[in-house]
Amino acid sequence: MNPSLNLWLIPILPLAGAAINGFLGKKSSRTAVTTIALFFSGAAFAMALWVAVRFSSLSLPYEEYLAHWIRAGSFSADFAFYLDQLSLVMLLVVTGVGFLIHIYSVGYMWDDPSYYRFFSYLNLFMFFMLTLVLANNYLLMFIGWEGVGLASYLLIGFWFTKDSAASAGKKAFIVNRIGDFGFLIALFLLIQHFGSLNFDAVFQGVVPLGPETMGAGLLTAIGILLMLGACGKSAQIPLYIWLPDAMEGPTPVSALIHAATMVTAGVYMVSRSHVIFDRAPIALSVVAIIGTLTAFFAATIGIAQTDIKKVLAYSTVSQLGYMFMACGVGAFSAGIFHLMTHAFFKGLLFLGAGSVIHAVGGEQDMRKMGGLRLYAPWTFLTMTIATLAIAGIPPLSGFFSKDEILWRAYSSEHGSWIFWSIGVLTAFITSFYMFRLWFLTFLGDYRGVGAVETAGYGGGHGSAHGHGNGHDGHGLPHESPMVMIVPLAILAVLSFVGGWVGIGNRFENFLAPVFHAGAVAITETAAETAGHLELYLMLVSVAAAFLGLYLAYLLYHKREDLPQKIADSLGSLYQTVVHKYYIDELYAALFVKPLIDGSTRILWHDVDQKVIDAAVNESADGARHASDEVRQMQSGNIRSYAGWIAAGSAAVIAFMIWMGVR
Amino acid sequence: MTSYVPLSYYLLLSGFLFACGVAGFLIKRNIISIFMSIELMLNGVNLSFVAFAAHWHALDGQIFVFFVMVVAAAEAAVGLAIIIAVYRTRETLNVDQVNLLKL
Repeated sequence: MNPSLNLWLIPILPLAGAAINGFLGKKSSRTAVTTIALFFSGAAFAMALWVAVRFSSLSLPYEEYLAHWIRAGSFSADFAFYLDQLSLVMLLVVTGVGFLIHIYSVGYMWDDPSYYRFFSYLNLFMFFMLTLVLANNYLLMFIGWEGVGLASYLLIGFWFTKDSAASAGKKAFIVNRIGDFGFLIALFLLIQHFGSLNFDAVFQGVVPLGPETMGAGLLTAIGILLMLGACGKSAQIPLYIWLPDAMEGPTPVSALIHAATMVTAGVYMVSRSHVIFDRAPIALSVVAIIGTLTAFFAATIGIAQTDIKKVLAYSTVSQLGYMFMACGVGAFSAGIFHLMTHAFFKGLLFLGAGSVIHAVGGEQDMRKMGGLRLYAPWTFLTMTIATLAIAGIPPLSGFFSKDEILWRAYSSEHGSWIFWSIGVLTAFITSFYMFRLWFLTFLGDYRGVGAVETAGYGGGHGSAHGHGNGHDGHGLPHESPMVMIVPLAILAVLSFVGGWVGIGNRFENFLAPVFHAGAVAITETAAETAGHLELYLMLVSVAAAFLGLYLAYLLYHKREDLPQKIADSLGSLYQTVVHKYYIDELYAALFVKPLIDGSTRILWHDVDQKVIDAAVNESADGARHASDEVRQMQSGNIRSYAGWIAAGSAAVIAFMIWMGVR
Repeated sequence: MTSYVPLSYYLLLSGFLFACGVAGFLIKRNIISIFMSIELMLNGVNLSFVAFAAHWHALDGQIFVFFVMVVAAAEAAVGLAIIIAVYRTRETLNVDQVNLLKL
């Protein structure tokens, strides 16, 4: 039997950190807040590592029962945790990357007046994310799912005095509600048909079903609804619109929540539900199509963005599309593999972007950067590794995971050459826009504030982004403090070597017990002849990556006048891309405006004003008019009272006489 | 046999007197007239009391009449004193003008 691992400590530790900093942080010193935040997130990471060390001696899946939660009739949901290979990967990614980003945030947020609040939220996020990852039933997972949404909302709107940040937070929350609606309906269907939300119980109920059996439509419906939930959380078409706006939050938040961990929750959830998806080919195709379209669509938007964080945001949407493409062709382990490497290099890219923004004093427009390789060499070095990794240049991590996905997209029984070719095209675009970012930011000459004047010019600083080392506030860019560099360096190493765990399918074999348990029998056809084909396809995708690099080099380094000319010649097409295909405007016209108009005209002007307000006002007016009438009787004139008494007596007497006569 | 005046005649007279009193109380403005109207109502009631007492051969009604007369006398004493006081301060006996306590 398994020894007790005390898994519950892993989520509870960050919660304790969040509570302590949230309640006491305001009066504590920054050092105390830092100590608490780093201790509790670091302790969670240490626990996760300890679990990983003992992992091989466990009989899996390991379950840890904590307490009853809901008992309603035959339905029950408990506080219970579940550990298998998939949870372990997620656990290590969340706590590891999370801890590094905590360290980085110390430097990045040091000058912020709400320093304690930031770390309280960040720890709170860790708690919910770990609950999501460790839950043994869908309901507890949903708690984590909603909790990370809350933390995301709080952190996007962290600088809530800024109007755009406050509304970006709201947008993220509301768009996620739409996805959660699908998720909830899926849960209801699961309860109705399987009577439980426990992973084991549900999957046992699902296993006898299949595409040819009675429950096929049900599984397809559940699969598509779960995918709707994933679309909201993981920013896929049609619900991706919140993620680019979420860049209003502090950059470490973008790195942790909107790149490395929270947005991958959808991929995790779909992978966790692979037993359902395996048996619902239509739902699987929906996942693959949404993923592929999102990957391509978001990448094209990324080309024309000038805000460094917006480029990375669309890149994240695009990479998440890759992961769903992998899930959609049934290659869940490839999706999780890319999830992990993406957490490394995209986390690094965002942290690097934060370091760049820090270096140039809060500027986010890449057109006003350039030449930063001289001013911020460490940032330059680490960002270069991350860019190479995401572009898919071997032997960095992104190459292995992306290539695995592309190969699966081509060769899997659910795959198709269409997915593969769009995937390769996207890889080319990815490489292009990432090197565009890289050239614009680090090479060439510095184009920002203080580019000509050197000393005594302080215009570049003074934004909400602090810098920790007591700089004099001159205008030239500068390197970030060590506390920010170290996490960058560690993530750079991980981005470099992180893909090597996939060599020889080791990562896939590690996850195999999860994804093959209860899976439909997999046909391993012609594995030998596939070997050459895999190599050719790999060469094509690497060539696409280098082609993107070369094109970016040509346009943004060699012939810097060309991009403008191309943009001019493309005219309206270019404008469409710059405006993100007008999707926000389309949604505003289709959903937001009718909703606001309907609420204003019908609910406000008609229902509220004409029915509810009117009812209250009319009854008050009626009472006043009636009293006005009755008031006349109380004139204060004694004789009129006497008259009333006499009339009343006369009436009584008349009545008595009449009664007597009868 | 002595023929009795029927009870209903007394009651009709009594009602007539009372109605005259009520009418005077409601119509008159002069305090003394109102006062007299009240006396008229009291005496209308007294008449019905004694009529019933005679009719039922019971003394209760007659005793009640004494009480009423005593109270009426006391009332007259106090009331007339008030009327004189009012006239001294206000120089009028019109009730509509004695309205200092009204809003």
